[in-house]
This record gives sequence, structure tokens and C-alpha cells, in this order.
Amino acid sequence: MKKLFAVLLAACMVLSLCACSASGGKSDSGAKVIKIGVFEPSSGDSASGGKKEILGMQYANSQVPEVTLGGQTYKVELVYGDNGSSTDKAPSAASSLVSAGVSVVLGSYGSGVSMAGGPKFEEAGIPAIGVTCTNPNVTAGNSYYFRICFLDNFQADVLANFAMDKFDAKTAYCLGETGNEYDQGLIAFFKQVFEAAGGKVIADSFPTGNSDFGSYLNKAKSEGADVIFTPVSIAYAVQIIKQAASMGLETPFLGSDTLDDNMVLEAITGSDLKLYVSTFYQEGGSKEFDEGIKKYINGSSEALAANGGNDTISAVTAMGYDAYFVALEAMKKADSGDKAALMKILPSVTYTGVSGAIAFDEVGDAVRDTAYIKTADTAAGTWVLETVQTGSASAAETEK
Amino acid sequence: MEQLLSAEYIVSILLSGISLGGQLALIAIGYTMVYGILRLINFAHGDVFMVAGLLGIYISAALPMYIAIPVVIALTIGLGFFIERAAYKPLREAPRMSVMISAIGVSYLLQNTATYITGGQPMTYPAIDALTRTVSIAGASTKLVVIITPILVVVLIVLLTTLINHTKIGMAMRAVSKDFETSRLMGIKINNVISMTFVIGSGLAVVGSILYFTTYPAITPTAGAMPGLKSFVAAVFGGIGSIPGAVIGAFLIGICETIIKGLPSSWNVSVFSDAFTFALLIVILTCKPTGLFGEKATDKV
Repeated sequence: MKKLFAVLLAACMVLSLCACSASGGKSDSGAKVIKIGVFEPSSGDSASGGKKEILGMQYANSQVPEVTLGGQTYKVELVYGDNGSSTDKAPSAASSLVSAGVSVVLGSYGSGVSMAGGPKFEEAGIPAIGVTCTNPNVTAGNSYYFRICFLDNFQADVLANFAMDKFDAKTAYCLGETGNEYDQGLIAFFKQVFEAAGGKVIADSFPTGNSDFGSYLNKAKSEGADVIFTPVSIAYAVQIIKQAASMGLETPFLGSDTLDDNMVLEAITGSDLKLYVSTFYQEGGSKEFDEGIKKYINGSSEALAANGGNDTISAVTAMGYDAYFVALEAMKKADSGDKAALMKILPSVTYTGVSGAIAFDEVGDAVRDTAYIKTADTAAGTWVLETVQTGSASAAETEK
Repeated sequence: MEQLLSAEYIVSILLSGISLGGQLALIAIGYTMVYGILRLINFAHGDVFMVAGLLGIYISAALPMYIAIPVVIALTIGLGFFIERAAYKPLREAPRMSVMISAIGVSYLLQNTATYITGGQPMTYPAIDALTRTVSIAGASTKLVVIITPILVVVLIVLLTTLINHTKIGMAMRAVSKDFETSRLMGIKINNVISMTFVIGSGLAVVGSILYFTTYPAITPTAGAMPGLKSFVAAVFGGIGSIPGAVIGAFLIGICETIIKGLPSSWNVSVFSDAFTFALLIVILTCKPTGLFGEKATDKV
């Protein structure tokens, strides 16, 4: 019995080895290949967002799978590195992309992992294009990191102003995860703007892995918050929303770009909560893209599962789509797939994608001045565009 | 600050603390019983708890709730039984460390299988009507589950102690926990006794998972890790191997943690709620390694 088991186990291992070499060999034969690294979480707390961002890249890759450089046609291959949504797994995922020989990296969803993986790309001389990592420190101090989305200080400014204009808010309760750069960065920026305008901010943090948010929400209510700002990852956002719904909380929620996710939407549907999120793209921004991606999502069960089981378009999907074409644009402009050539050309690349015009400033950040604020229609289970916010003077100031 | 002293706020904090404690107690019993009998810290227990939650989601989507709950309970008990037979029984004569490593392996296996199946996305636990209804106590509105949890925990513990003290299998369990080899010589089928322990432990973990995930309804593949660790601390705090110890430890941890979370945000201490639990573990291990009730060697189950 034991021997049989051992033999079976050995057979399994041998088979899996064969599988590895088979999949590795495919790219060697046939047309020349340029590899684009996809540095995204497909497991862990942010898997839901990472998968949607990948979806945009895959859709873009299915549309334009080849690029002609120097008279030669290259097949563009996406190479995946799962950073597991965790800063301790990110460096090894980054290294695996480096050793796979990618020319440029796209990602990641989540600023913390981008910061953790960034130095590996810098060492290897591979340029990285951040898709939706909004923390300023991703590109600051790393000349190889670019990004196509707006920054947290801009986002926090937009949200703080929105809270004061729309709800006449005097007191804001901010809740983030301890030690998460993304959460804490946004809260700090929000506090700056909100307090400068005479408001009061109560900043609170919960430990990683926490699941009891009722105590925090109770506290927010007791301390008289007019709005609750929760720039947290999707898994926590879902729990916060669910628990707030069961408490029947009436305080409006403000969320950052992470909350623009259909898991969050699903959680809030059927409740009486009010949720407003700032994001990169609103469905309807580009009809052609909307129709194409919906068809793509509904076309395979895998894509549908990655999108959380329905075809609501996440802003991150649109951003992933644009990021792929920015990379392609850079290759065309450099007329090369070489990492050093791409690095040289990237600062001057401009591209108009479905989420708007993209150009880089001297730090490598996108020059963006528009954020969409969406609200959840809890009866119909859809996102509704609340307002389009362009940065105020103070946002432009803090951005410098 | 003054608002935090309102009766409504204090009641709501205490209620959620007691209910969290009750849920942890149900998991902690699983740890402590297995330790009492096998001298094994079953690291996979927290993940069995998570799997029970996931099963609850998938099965209740297919079947009506009153059928789904018994099915989930049966399946999870089956899982607990199967884990013991597949991963621990073949190592019965091996050094204790091997079994412990096997337990860690099972824990990772369950977590990664869950990641594979759910895709790592947070899953939402279905609302069980009888548990999610809102009630109001002293002005604080809360879910019915918060009231039901401590009552159910007490009922289950009374049943469990009756089983251990007044039935044949209970007597066998007490014997095995005292002396493994001798009870085997006396003709006790220890494999059956050990299986029974896992069945009871997993059964309580399912009940715990229904109550826990009704209160905190999002399940990720690592959702079992934190409650599992905290229940383990509770079991050590109460003296591992002792059931009343585990229950008291769990309630204490649940209540203290919720109170810490509920302190005014200007004090900036809510972030230390988990740190408190683990600091407590260190203090207990250094001051009284046997835990609150650990000394009475006669009461291992």
C-alpha cells in the first residue's frame, strides 16, 4: 500500500516536471517573442483586484498579440508573477519575472507590493509601469518605476473636498489597516486636506487579519462622524460593508479606488448604506472598450470567474488594458523590445487610452487631473456616476 | 470621549465581546481535546473551521438552509475524521514532532486548496434568517446571533461534559488521555476514541464557524488562521487539555480584545488588540506554563 503510494507520488512529480518543460518549450519554437511581465496578485487579500487588472491586459493582448519592430514581427507574451498581495512574497515574484527575461513589467495592483518589488526591477534595469498603485512612494526614488494612474494625494484631496461639499462634513472617521502603506498614506493625505479646511479627523487602524469591524463602526458612530473614510483592500472593504449594513449605519462611506470592485458592490447591494468611491474609469467612458471587454469576460468561464462572476467593468480592468498599450507604444517608439531602449524612451511616451490621455512627468508619474466619483445604487446593484472631479488648486500644489 | 461612556455603546461592546469569546471557545475546545488525547497541537483545526465556512457558502447556494446546515456539519465532521485517518494515524508511532509537521502540512493544503477553488476572492457568507434578525438590548441594536452564541456555547459544553463524564466513550477518552499505552492494553480501541475526538472537535468547529461567519461574513482562504491562533492561545491560557480552561480563556480573550478595540481612537490603542492576545500568551507561558486549569493532571479531556 505504502509502496504503491510512493510510486504514485513519484509519477505525479515526474509528470508535473514534464508539464513544466512542455509549457516552457512552446515559446522557444515559432515566431520571436517579446515578454511582458505581469506583476499582479492572483492570491491573497487583493487577488480580486489583481485578477481584474490582469483581465484588462489579457483582453488587450488578445486584440493586439503581435508587434512589428525593425521589420520583424514579434509575438507578445504575458509572463505572470503572482506577488500574493503580500510585501514578503513580492520580491521573489519580481525576481521570477526578471529571470524569465521580461522587457517591461506591468503592475501591480496595490502600492505596498509595488514598492517591495520595485528595487528588483531597478537592479535588473527593467522598466515597470504601475497600473493602479497610487502611493507616491512607488515612483519616488525608483527611476525605473512609471505609472499611468493618479496619485493618492490627488485622490485624497478629491475625496476630502467631496465630503465637505456634498455632506457638509465636519468630522471624518478614517479606518485603515496597520502597516499598509496604501491605507495609511491615503489617510494621512486625507487628514492634511480635511484638517486644513477646518474639519476634524479621527484616524483609527485595525490589525492585519482582523474580522471584527463592528467595534470600529460603533466607535465611529459614537464619536459623531459625518463620513467614514475606509481606503482598505477589497477583502476588508467587503467585511466592513457587510457589518455596517447589519448595523444599519446611516453615515455615508467614502472609499478609494480599491473599493471600486464588484465584490464590494455585491456586498452593499440590498442594504441602505451610502458609498462613494473615487476611481479611474466609469463604465460608458469608451463604448467600444465596454462592449469588447464584456464580450471577452462572458466568452470564457475563467474570465468570468476572475471578474467575480458578472460583467460589471472595474476601473482597474480599463487601466490594465491601457497599460498594455502604453508598453506597446513604447516598443514601437523605441523600435525595439530591449529593456534598456524601453527605459530610455518611456519618459517621452504619450498615449490616449480608454481612461484618458497618458503622459509621464519627471518622476515617472502620469499627468492626470481627473477622478470619477461613483456611488453604489444599492437597489439595482450597479455603480452610478456621481460626479467628475478635477483636481483643485491645492491638489496640483501638493502633487509638486 | 463622553459619547463612548453611553450605556448603549458599552453594552454593544460587551455583547460583541461575549459573542466573539463564545465563538473562539467552540474552536478552542477542538484544540484542547486533541491535545489532551494525542498530545498534538492540531494546526489544521483553524483551517477546518474556514473550510466549514466555505462549505456553508457553496452548499447553501444549492440547498435550502435547513438542509444545508446539517449537510455542512456532516461534511466538516467527515473532513476532520478523514484528516486524522490520512495525516495523523499513519504517524501514530512516529515522534510527536512528525505529527505536528504533518498538521502544518494539512493546514497549508487546506488553505491553498481554498485559494484554488475560490480564486482567493473574499466569499460572502449567506445570511441565516434566524441568526441575522436584529434585536435591541438596552438601546444597542445587535444581531440575534450575538445573543444566541453564549447560550449555545453553554448548552454544548454541558452536553460535552456529560458525554465525557457519564458515557462509555467518555470514560474511554479520559482513560486514553491519562495513559495511551495502558488503555490500549486494557482493550480500549484507541483509534475509535481518537476519531471520536476529531469528530467532536470538528463538530464544534462547524457550529463555531456558522456563528462566527454570520457575525463576520467574509471568508478568505486565510480566514481560519487568526481565529485559530487566538483559540489556541485561549486553550493554552486555560491550561491546554482542560475544557473549562479553554472556554474561560476564550471568553476572556474575546471580551478583552473587543474592549481594547472599543477604546477611544484618540488613545490610539485599538491597533494593539491582537498584540494583547499574544502578549497574554507570553505572560502565561513564562509565569504559569500549565495555564489556569492545567495542573490537575486528572482532568485531561
